[in-house]
Parts: sequence; C-alpha cells; structure tokens
Amino acid sequence: MVLAERVHPAPVKPVAEGAPPRRPRNVAYLFLGPWLLGAIGLTVAPMVVSLYLSFTDYDLFNSPRWIGLDNYLKLFGDDPRYLQSVGVTLRYVAWSVPMKLVLALAVALLLNSLRGKGQAFFRSAFYAPSLLGASVGLALAWRAIFDTWVDTPDHALITIVLLSAWQFGAPMVIFLAGLQQIPRDLFDAAAVDGAGWWRRLWSITLPMLSPVLFFNLVLETIHAFQAFTQAFVVSGGRGGPADSTLFYTLYLYERGFTEFRMGYASAMAWVLLVAIALITAVLFRTSRYWVFYGDER
Amino acid sequence: MKRTAVFVLCVAGLGLVLYPIMWLVSASLTPVEDLVANLRSLFPGRITADGYAGALEGAGGESFWTFLGNSTIVASGAVIGNVVSCSLAAYAFARLRFRLSGPLFAFALVTIMLPAHVTLIPQYVVFQQLEMIDTFVPLILPKLLATDAFFVFLMVQFMRGIPHELDEAAKIDGCGPIRTYRYVVLPLSRPAMVTTAIFTFIWTWNDFFSQLIYLSSTENYTIPMGLRLFIDQTSSSSYGPMFAMSVLSLVPIGLFFLAFQRFLVAGVATTGLKG
Repeated sequence: MVLAERVHPAPVKPVAEGAPPRRPRNVAYLFLGPWLLGAIGLTVAPMVVSLYLSFTDYDLFNSPRWIGLDNYLKLFGDDPRYLQSVGVTLRYVAWSVPMKLVLALAVALLLNSLRGKGQAFFRSAFYAPSLLGASVGLALAWRAIFDTWVDTPDHALITIVLLSAWQFGAPMVIFLAGLQQIPRDLFDAAAVDGAGWWRRLWSITLPMLSPVLFFNLVLETIHAFQAFTQAFVVSGGRGGPADSTLFYTLYLYERGFTEFRMGYASAMAWVLLVAIALITAVLFRTSRYWVFYGDER
Repeated sequence: MKRTAVFVLCVAGLGLVLYPIMWLVSASLTPVEDLVANLRSLFPGRITADGYAGALEGAGGESFWTFLGNSTIVASGAVIGNVVSCSLAAYAFARLRFRLSGPLFAFALVTIMLPAHVTLIPQYVVFQQLEMIDTFVPLILPKLLATDAFFVFLMVQFMRGIPHELDEAAKIDGCGPIRTYRYVVLPLSRPAMVTTAIFTFIWTWNDFFSQLIYLSSTENYTIPMGLRLFIDQTSSSSYGPMFAMSVLSLVPIGLFFLAFQRFLVAGVATTGLKG
C-alpha cells in the first residue's frame, strides 16, 4: 500500500535550526478554506441579508426600501392565500409523516423476521422508491395514475401524501438497523414470562426503538415542511385545483421567483425557519417523556 | 409456516410498492389510445417504441441529448465538488487540532437542518448581479464550497474511525498534514467517498427546485426541466414521449442503485441519511 512506500525516508524539507515547527492549526484553515468560504459567503451572509430584505419591499429591480414589519403583518393579516398555504403544509406534514413512519416501521418489523439473503433483497427493493420518488419523472407518472383525484380539490392533497408515504424506504432501513441492535435475550426473557407478540412490541421493541423513532420523526418532519418538487409536478406548478395543494414552498416560489416580490418571500422564508426551529424544539422537549436511551433501563 | 407467511406478505407488499414503477415502464411502451382506454392496467395491449422516438426528439425545440448532457455536466460538477471540498473540511475537523474546531463543527451541523429558503433569495440576487443566471455556476459552485454539510458530517464520522497510529507513522516518515491527508486518510476513506459521490449524483440528478430557479433557456435545461415542459400540457397526446422520457431519466438512478445498493443501504443505516 501507499504506506509501505513511505517507510523509506521520504524527502523532507529541512527545517531551519531554531525555527519553531510549523503549527498544524494554520494548515487546518487551509483545509477548511472552501467550507469556510461557503459557510460565510453562501450561508451566514445570505441569512443576514434575507433577514434584512424581509423588512423591505425589495423586488430585484429597484433598490430595497425599509417598510418595517409590513411584510409580516400582511402575511398573517391580509393574505388568505398565505394562510391557505400554511394550512395545506400543516395538513401535509400531519398526514404524510405519521403515515410514512408507520409504514416504515411495519415493513421493518416484517423484514426483521427474515434472515440473510432474503432480508437483504427485500430491504434493497423496498428502499428503491426512496431514490426514484423524488424525481419529476415519477411524479408525472403519479399524476397520471391518480388523474381523477388530482383534479378534485378534496383529494389532490391525498395524492401527494401518498407519494410521500410511498418513499418509506429510508426510515425503514434506519428502523431495521435499530431493530437489529435490540438484544435478543430481552425477547427470550419476555417469552418465558408469557408475553405475547403485541406485548413484546409495546413493552420491548417500541421503547428500545424510541431513539431511532425520534430521529426519524425529527428528520421527516423537517423535510416534510420543505416539500416542493412533488407538489409542483402533481399540481401542474400552481398548487391547484383551487389552491388545495398550495404548499408553503410553492407559494414562496410564486411570490419570490415569478412575481419577484423578494422582500415578501424573504419574510416567508424566515417564518418557515422559525416554525421549523420551534417544532423541532417542541419535539425535543417531548422526547424526555417517551424516548428511552439504553443507560436509563 | 410462519416464514412462508412473512415471505408471501413481503412479495405482495413489493408488488404493490413497485407497481408505479412498472406502470411507468408499461405506459412508456403503450400507444396513447390503448393507454387512455385502460389507464391503470399494465401492458394493456399493443407495444410501441413511438414514445421513445418522441422522447429522443426532446421538447421545447431541444433534443433529449441536450438535456442529458446538461444533467451530466451539473451532476458531475456536483459530485467532484462535494467529494473534494467535503473531504478537505472533514479531514480538518476529524484529524487536525485548531482553536475553533468545536464551534465551527457545531455550526456545520446546524446548517444541515437549515431550510435552503433562508439563503436562497440573496444567493439568487448575487448570482443575478454577476450575470450567472442561466448558467451552471449557481448549481455547481455551492458544492465546491462544501455547502452540503451533511457529507462533511458523514466523512468526519468515518475518518474518526481510522486509527491515529497511521497519522503518527506518517508523521515520523516526514509527512505533513497535506501528505497525510493525500496518502493516508483519503485512500482509507474510500467507502465514505463512494457513498458521498453516489448520493450527490442521485440527489443532483433528481434536483428540481434549484434548476427551476436558475435555468431559464431551453438549451440549458436539464432532464427534470425538460420533463417540466410536459407539465403544462394537459392533453394526453404527449403521454408517449413524456413517460418515455421519464423512464430514460430514471435509468441512471436505477443503474447506480443496482451497482451500489450495498453502499446506499449501509450509508442510510449507519448515518440516517435522507434517501
């Protein structure tokens, strides 16, 4: 290997007598360079700027004018379509996340009772939709398969919820990995005590799996709030019919990038960030009541 | 007995789960008249390659090969950018000691959860002022600057597992941090590199939001953007080319999946990667 070549003294740049050895921390920033540049130039600075723009009427063509809280007041007081998009997104999160996680857990439990090659095969096969479902191509197919639902305001959102739930593969793989960490002797002891399947599921599997469940719940929730592609394709790009699939991000896109009301869209982005942060914080707060880590047993 | 029941359930579930994919393949090969008459059935009758001929002609005046070429450029740029920049940053966080190591790494972790929308608009304004809208620069440059901090995290986790004795040995042999990275840590981190490369490829290939925002002329369209040209068409007459192009767009992902499924599934299982 490469190391073997290095056993022989490699040419070393002689260090001047008495000079302090080069400090590795200087080199560290060399390695960090690209990331640091991106973190400052593409994350921190844009965040500050977008917070500023959210208090202006910026429209990409005229220079921004400070309007204080007007954008935020309009969002919550004078924009029914915004409130509609909040409602649609909350309904989507509330339906798609639990549905996806229940499906993922059920399939993981099923696959956990298989062994070896069979389990590996089904695990990969059930995972495939997670990769394909994010594409425009598959969303187009979904729209055609559910063509009668897509056109009715009462059912259009369900179509997109189903498309999301269909991609249960990633959390399923994580659940399965978690299930395999649970010590078998717990189940054996419970079986000796006469615990049935449901009892073992409720008293052993679910508590032991709760950290993984929590992880999946946080991840999927954060992700669901930002859903865009599938809603865009299934709704024909406009959140229709009758704004029944007007997702938050879809409305943000419409305001920011088709009407170029960028101050307004920035305010929407910051409300989204705060909402996601708050919901994540609430989930973390509740976790102490239902998430069990191994050392508390 | 129980094993058989589980197996039967798995096969039935798999059939249900794979139905939309099989339906898409079937629809791409079915003449429009037959498809409309029997919308949800698989291979209802005659089989035709007309859809594929139409798909290769493309949409909006550009051929499919243009879209394919553009998608390939964007995805390759993103893969190279992520692998290089994220591995550099990960090496610093995992193996080097410097004062701000802790706070900076914590910051990197926080950015993973950050919704892209809070940085999107100023980024767009800057790229617009640099006259880089409708080029691939806004799609590739962020990857060269390691903004997908998730992969930094993934590689840090992996590099921390490489025995420190190897660094020590390299140091004694006269390697500074740069050569230790190049000849010791990088070769040993190959599994993490491969996982990063595959997921970056698939995510970029599927990405729609940023391409929708930054690409405006049809000649610069990627495959998802080419498919988008079909969204507005409400008539079913374009079903053939639309579904054929959809299938073609999924073929690279399918091939990557078949070739690297072990890496993909292991990557998800160990890091909680969002698939």
